[in-house]
Amino acid sequence: MTSASEHLDPALRVEALASLLTERGLIDETTVENFIKTYEQSVGPMNGAKVVARAWTDPEYRAWLLADGTAAIAELGFKGPQGEHIVVLENTPTLHHVVVCTLCSCYPWPVLGLPPSWYKDPAYRSRVVREPRQVLREFGLDLDDSVEIRVHDSSSEVRYMVLPERPAGTEGATEEELAALVTRDAMVGVAKVAAA
Amino acid sequence: MSRVDGIHDMGGMQGFGHVQQLTAAPPFAEPWEGKAFVIGALAARISGTNMHAFRYAIERVPPREYLAGYWNRWTIAAQTMMEDSGIVTDEEVRARAARLSGQDVPEPPPPTPHKPQMPSGGPGNLRTVDAPSAFAVGDRVRVADLDPTGHTRLPRYVRRRSGTVTALQPAAVFPDTAAAFAGENPQHCYTVEFDSRELWGPDAEPFRLSIDLFEPYLEPEK
Repeated sequence: MTSASEHLDPALRVEALASLLTERGLIDETTVENFIKTYEQSVGPMNGAKVVARAWTDPEYRAWLLADGTAAIAELGFKGPQGEHIVVLENTPTLHHVVVCTLCSCYPWPVLGLPPSWYKDPAYRSRVVREPRQVLREFGLDLDDSVEIRVHDSSSEVRYMVLPERPAGTEGATEEELAALVTRDAMVGVAKVAAA
Repeated sequence: MSRVDGIHDMGGMQGFGHVQQLTAAPPFAEPWEGKAFVIGALAARISGTNMHAFRYAIERVPPREYLAGYWNRWTIAAQTMMEDSGIVTDEEVRARAARLSGQDVPEPPPPTPHKPQMPSGGPGNLRTVDAPSAFAVGDRVRVADLDPTGHTRLPRYVRRRSGTVTALQPAAVFPDTAAAFAGENPQHCYTVEFDSRELWGPDAEPFRLSIDLFEPYLEPEK
């Protein structure tokens, strides 16, 4: 047995906890498996991509989305934990929004799923509120000096999602084709959407 | 007691190096991470607490363990909440881990549950506050010089800095009291925008930073 301060392999800790909680009737295998499947298959950036594609093709929806993100997103069927109040930020050729949570890893689950590794990493959380232009450059996004940057630290129950710019050359694309172009990283504001 | 100046309060810290590459990795790299996620996601319910207490539990993870990986700190925090509510003990978890590893060690008896009792104002965290909001869009505000013990959603890098209110967000459960089971104590919440030079000095990259702050964190700019 290890002492309380000694590092316990996290995979083993999880197994031990799961075993004790199952014994006590506090979790069961089916619930755990369904939960995992939900966040692996149904709740992820493909949801946000549909929201973005709708906003790109329907000006009324876009206006609603920017005025009341939570309601406009719920209209497409996306709601749930970490999505009680979602604010959508529109990126333009002159204004670039980027989202972080410096205190933990708050993220709009219903539209983007669970946060990726880089979003939870100390380097991103510590630096993007201090040198965002440099951080974006490291991600491969070199913004012109004339583009204004606005960083959003998700410190309350408000969750933020970026509406990226629609790429040039997609004029004839259908909503479905457009959704396939939209990436998770563009909806956090660390990348742009590229035409196929 | 944990203080706000913990390892989790990372905004503006230096020395963490290059950001990670953007990859389209699935949410769980290994099966145990998925299970860790679920245990953490259910920990508030199992322990009879709330998500603020979960964040506070993550903040209390020792720095060395905190930096040893996201699902590591997530799992330790979930266990901490269950220990605090008498659902499991660390001795039990370590004994079970040892047994799962093939060691024949005795298992200690389970604890007696003692969940905190805090009245809930309903599902979720958004609430209404009868008192009028103290600030309006356009107001100049200064972030109070608070140094609370326990949980807070006031990052240290905006403490004592001045900014402008740009939006009123929905009022919500106050994390600082809810995490300690001292009541939901709903508060108005504001988006406050800061010039980067106010935060990082005259040589800072030019940009603006927006952050959502609860009313008790703010005072009028003098």
